[in-house]
Amino acid sequence: MPWLDPLPLAASASNLLAAREQMAFTLGFHIVLSCLGVALPATILVANYIGLKRGDEAAMELARRWSKAMAVTFAVGAVTGTVLSFEFGLLWPHFMDRFGAAFGIAFAIEGIFFFVEAIFLAIYIYGWKRLGGWAHFWSGVPMVITGIGGAFSVVAANAWMNQPQGFTLDAAGKVVDVNPADVLFNPATGYEVPHMILAAYMVTGFLVASIYAVGMLKGRRDRLHRLGLLIPLTIACIATPIQLFVGDTAAREVADHQPAKFAGMECIQETGTHQTEYVGGICTSDGVKGAIPIPDLDSFLVGFSADTKVIGLEDIPEDQRPPANTLLHLAFDAMVGIGTALLGLGAWLAFVWWRRREIPRSPWFLRAVAVSGAGAILALWCGWIVTEVGRQPWIVQGYMRTSEAVTEADGLWFSFGLVLLLYAALGTTAILVLRGMSRRWREGGAEVEGGTPYAPPSEVGS
Amino acid sequence: MTRADICAAILWLGATFYALFGGADFGGGFWDLIAGGAERGERPRAVIQKSLTPVWEANHVWLIFILVVLWTAFPPAFSAVMTTLYVPIALAALGIVLRGSGFAFRKSIEGLSGRRAAGATFAISSLLTPFFMGTVVGAVADGNVPADGNGAAFASWLQPLPLLTGAMFVASGAYLAAVFLIGDAGRRGDDEMQRYFARRALAAAAVAGAAAAIGLVELHAETRYVFDRLIDQGLPLVILSVLCGLGVLAILLAMARRPGAPPWPLRPLAGGAVIAVIWGWGVAQFPYLLPTSLTISEAAAPTDTLTAVIIVFLFAAIIVLPALGLLYWLSQKELLSE
Repeated sequence: MPWLDPLPLAASASNLLAAREQMAFTLGFHIVLSCLGVALPATILVANYIGLKRGDEAAMELARRWSKAMAVTFAVGAVTGTVLSFEFGLLWPHFMDRFGAAFGIAFAIEGIFFFVEAIFLAIYIYGWKRLGGWAHFWSGVPMVITGIGGAFSVVAANAWMNQPQGFTLDAAGKVVDVNPADVLFNPATGYEVPHMILAAYMVTGFLVASIYAVGMLKGRRDRLHRLGLLIPLTIACIATPIQLFVGDTAAREVADHQPAKFAGMECIQETGTHQTEYVGGICTSDGVKGAIPIPDLDSFLVGFSADTKVIGLEDIPEDQRPPANTLLHLAFDAMVGIGTALLGLGAWLAFVWWRRREIPRSPWFLRAVAVSGAGAILALWCGWIVTEVGRQPWIVQGYMRTSEAVTEADGLWFSFGLVLLLYAALGTTAILVLRGMSRRWREGGAEVEGGTPYAPPSEVGS
Repeated sequence: MTRADICAAILWLGATFYALFGGADFGGGFWDLIAGGAERGERPRAVIQKSLTPVWEANHVWLIFILVVLWTAFPPAFSAVMTTLYVPIALAALGIVLRGSGFAFRKSIEGLSGRRAAGATFAISSLLTPFFMGTVVGAVADGNVPADGNGAAFASWLQPLPLLTGAMFVASGAYLAAVFLIGDAGRRGDDEMQRYFARRALAAAAVAGAAAAIGLVELHAETRYVFDRLIDQGLPLVILSVLCGLGVLAILLAMARRPGAPPWPLRPLAGGAVIAVIWGWGVAQFPYLLPTSLTISEAAAPTDTLTAVIIVFLFAAIIVLPALGLLYWLSQKELLSE
């Protein structure tokens, strides 16, 4: 069987750890940018629409600025996404060898969406000057559709790893028959995909709003800043309650289909009814320490009745239990906690807007919005930790262990170190570039200079 | 023609588009790299920047297309290539990160030194990325990738043919870029830049041609199966490539004597020379995906997966190609600018 690891255990365990760390790090980096790729186009188009419809110069200026920022984030997102495609083969060659024929098709579809998005993104970003107002607006609409389509395809592939179906294996474990529709529309697609698309809108909305909240806290309270806060924040606040509903459904589905993951998330040791919900705490084999216990709530959340039986880790074979239970549990709680706090923020905005048609005046509101972007990103990472660490030790739930998938290549720790340095430089430069753009806009109030790359701005214009 | 053969053809089609547009994109970076100091290189860099900016992102999606078709339709081949050639592939991936981010940053970064650093990052990686990709293709054609993977990490590509292929990738990208830029400079009425890139197109054509000729000798010595088919079944394509190359040469020499707008066949001929080489390579190693250890049918995924890949490709042809055409048309009409 070719996917069995021929290396001695120590070397392969070391490779497995290095590969998992690198995958987690590069995916965690990329996913923030891909959220912007999915949801920033719609945010920009809302501002663009308001600008065109009402002749609102501030809204138009926001759309222009955001599209220039998107040119940077999309470029970094495109290259970090390309790295992930390479990593599938460089880190997990046996996974691709054995299952590429089954789940690869999701990425083929994603490729089409990404292609169309890249094309119309270029037309939109570089079409401000020479395309007519509404023609330019409509050139941006395909970005919104393809962003959602791309997210669907990629997350459907991940959903398949959690609830694989749509293929037949022969006696040697080779995929011999594939039903692409069953692969794409596996049971986990139904909740993972909307969960991720809503997350993208939340991350983007809260992140962009937080930038303008900081500006308003510094006393910049012009129309540009108010709109810059209100447009993305409204989008995010609409997404949040739907997200909590979808997330709640997702947790129940996980409890039904991936009991090991759910037991890890909730630190459930013994199978039974009337399970206590533990908020926070450290997971140990004799129960949760230092948590806030809420009797019966866990059973109630899973089946709407305290009599619901929930499977504990004791009933999962030891070699099939997820690792790092405390991390899993705290990541899950942090995601839910942050989501609930963001729901509160949205309720605050909605209430004040309903009563007074204005943004809440309290500086505490602006402070809350200012940290909401970082909070949403943290929740996003926590969610992916729950999904990915919770599925371990499987790469394809029930079919292939992550340890069977990893490469035997040398130098994985070296490559991981290099990736850390590279991405640290990449992230720092990207933030510096975006901050520089923002400062120039504030100072000049106008366009960032184009021109040749090596010449100082004053020499431009040949 | 089986479905697996169709999928292999789709793979080659993706490689063709990537070689044409991605290759020219890398070539633009190459000319940027050797354009000289800030003052001397300012004008050519401005031409390159203006032509690349709206299209560079889309030019590189073909790589993603190639990767996903390879791992979906031919998973064992993908795995074998990745576990053998991981060194040049990782270096190419590094180059892709540096190149894309360097290009995006250099427009918006502050200060001359920052722009220079970002610009240099972009330009150097424009040289390294296609070189390492070329070594990967050369190593495959050379028969250095065993069907079950885990081939020699260094000896598989640190060989004459892969290294020559790397050089050929760089040179042919530079050649295509120079030819495209002749037209762009001409359209913008910049005669001096038109001559500038015409001279460089000639030089790059000479280097690419020389690398191809030496490569042919190496192929003869190293991989007889591929060589024999290339001068047999692949001969028409070899001749086509040579004729296209000679046509470009004639046009460029004529342009050197009599300045003016380049005649329309210049770009199709330049592209034709490169396309013929790629398909010549495909014909030469048929029916192998990895000569001579893994055939297309041995590597192929189950039938329904292949059908799905073909359907996805048809969608791409209906949706992506017109959109891409629109992008290039708008760009050529100079309707897209910063």
